[in-house]
Amino acid sequence: MSSKRIVTCTVNGREESFLCKPQQTLLEVLRDELDLTGTKEGCSNGNCGACTVLMDGKPVVSCLVLAVECEGVELETIEGVADHGHLAPVQQAFLENAALQCGICTPGFIMSTKALLRENPNPSEQEIRFYLAGNLCRCTGYDKIIRAVQDTADHKIA
Amino acid sequence: MRDFEFEAPATLDAAVALLAEHNGTARPLAGGTDLIDHIRTERLTPDVVIDIKKIPELNILEHSADGLRLGAAVSCSRIATDETIRQQYSALADSASIIGGIQIQNRASMGGNLCNAGPAADSTPSLIALGANCVIAGPNGRREVPVESFCVTKGQTVLERGELLVEFKFPARPSGSGSHYRRFIPRNEMDIAVVGVGASVTLDGDTISDARVSLGAVAITPLLAHEVNDALIGKPATDETYKASGEVARSIINPITDMRGTREFRIHVTGVLVERVLREAVARAKS
Ligand SMILES: Cc1cc2nc3c(=O)[nH]c(=O)nc-3n(C[C@H](O)[C@H](O)[C@H](O)COP(=O)(O)OP(=O)(O)OC[C@H]3O[C@@H](n4cnc5c(N)ncnc54)[C@H](O)[C@@H]3O)c2cc1C
Ligand code: FES
Ligand code: FES
Repeated sequence: MSSKRIVTCTVNGREESFLCKPQQTLLEVLRDELDLTGTKEGCSNGNCGACTVLMDGKPVVSCLVLAVECEGVELETIEGVADHGHLAPVQQAFLENAALQCGICTPGFIMSTKALLRENPNPSEQEIRFYLAGNLCRCTGYDKIIRAVQDTADHKIA
Repeated sequence: MRDFEFEAPATLDAAVALLAEHNGTARPLAGGTDLIDHIRTERLTPDVVIDIKKIPELNILEHSADGLRLGAAVSCSRIATDETIRQQYSALADSASIIGGIQIQNRASMGGNLCNAGPAADSTPSLIALGANCVIAGPNGRREVPVESFCVTKGQTVLERGELLVEFKFPARPSGSGSHYRRFIPRNEMDIAVVGVGASVTLDGDTISDARVSLGAVAITPLLAHEVNDALIGKPATDETYKASGEVARSIINPITDMRGTREFRIHVTGVLVERVLREAVARAKS
């Protein structure tokens, strides 16, 4: 049997060390070891984007990352988005635009949106749709999500 | 997931030694976008997973008068945003920006795409069209293999036990050259190619002086379409030439029928894509 490893990385600005086996995905460790259950599991094979987190600032699907690969990296998850209990503008925009129904896709969409707006503060609708193509939503039909992203970019939400 | 050990060697020699030591039971990990799911579903059952992303040679992205050196583990995002690749090796940037969504592109490498040896791999036709060679390291030293000879059959490559793909070497782009990759999928993004076509052309005035066309998803491995190249070289860069080349492409393939498309549909689409890809490659050569 493979032995457990100690991995040290930054999660939402705090240094964390955790024990994990080589075959544990980052998604499993976030949810089951670090109790960060805001990151969701949809497909477990990279297709749905529900498990999206930012690794050194870039969106990745945490179901296709081994936790042992995270030594020394910076991770951002949905738990780090709100500011001291106050919704961040992107979260407020999702709420106000009714950009979610069941909500399982939302943490992934919000993490992808954060990365998009950092790279490109004024994306066109086409750019938003392409950037978010790796995030699937079975409920909203996407239009409301696109509007929420546009409102966040336009600073319509304080 | 099944149990395995994990190693992340910092040098190429250490990686080759580890692969040799485990004699066929170790598997390299680049972006993991194929490998992790293959282990999860037990299509692959390695005892050791060797992360090769920390090895400097596999992360090289270097332009010089000799051409381009591209490490096997460089991510698609890095490829798609490299300005010189976008301008000179555009087909490569085309491929890198359609493999999966942004989350996949941030991890997936062209080395992984090629070593996975899928018939519909989206980077392989571009690598072939741009004349890339694979640099392979193993227990007996180094060797080079052109990309079109790298995949033996679906899921199988020329890599021997203990060997690793290190980098791609591309020749410098002659002036007046352009390239493009395009695939047909039923959606706008996030799907597997029904047919994929990569092409590189060089113009001498309005005459095509050199051409390399590669076809994906129409055979067990992506092909270098010699007959199509022959139909282009020395011809004027006109719609008639592209159409005739599309017909040649249709006549040399032997695609299968599957859930993504029938054999007849694939043959038809191949001709259409060859025409469109050539038109765009020529437009880029002129600009
Ligand atoms: C949601 C999703 C969408 C996708 N969309 C596309 C798409 O549109 N087009 C497409 O072509 N593919 C697609 N893929 C497949 C995959 O992302 C690509 O094949 C990718 O390029 C693989 O690269 P990687 O670095 O992640 O490889 P890995 O998963 O790390 O490795 C792939 C295989 O190659 C071996 N390997 C990797 N590097 C080396 C090396 N240097 N030497 C020897 N062996 C090596 C590994 O052992 C493994 O067997 C998609 C996958 C997912 C999950
Ligand atoms: S759970 Fe990771 S992409 Fe679906
Ligand atoms: S809100 Fe239900 S999947 Fe998106």
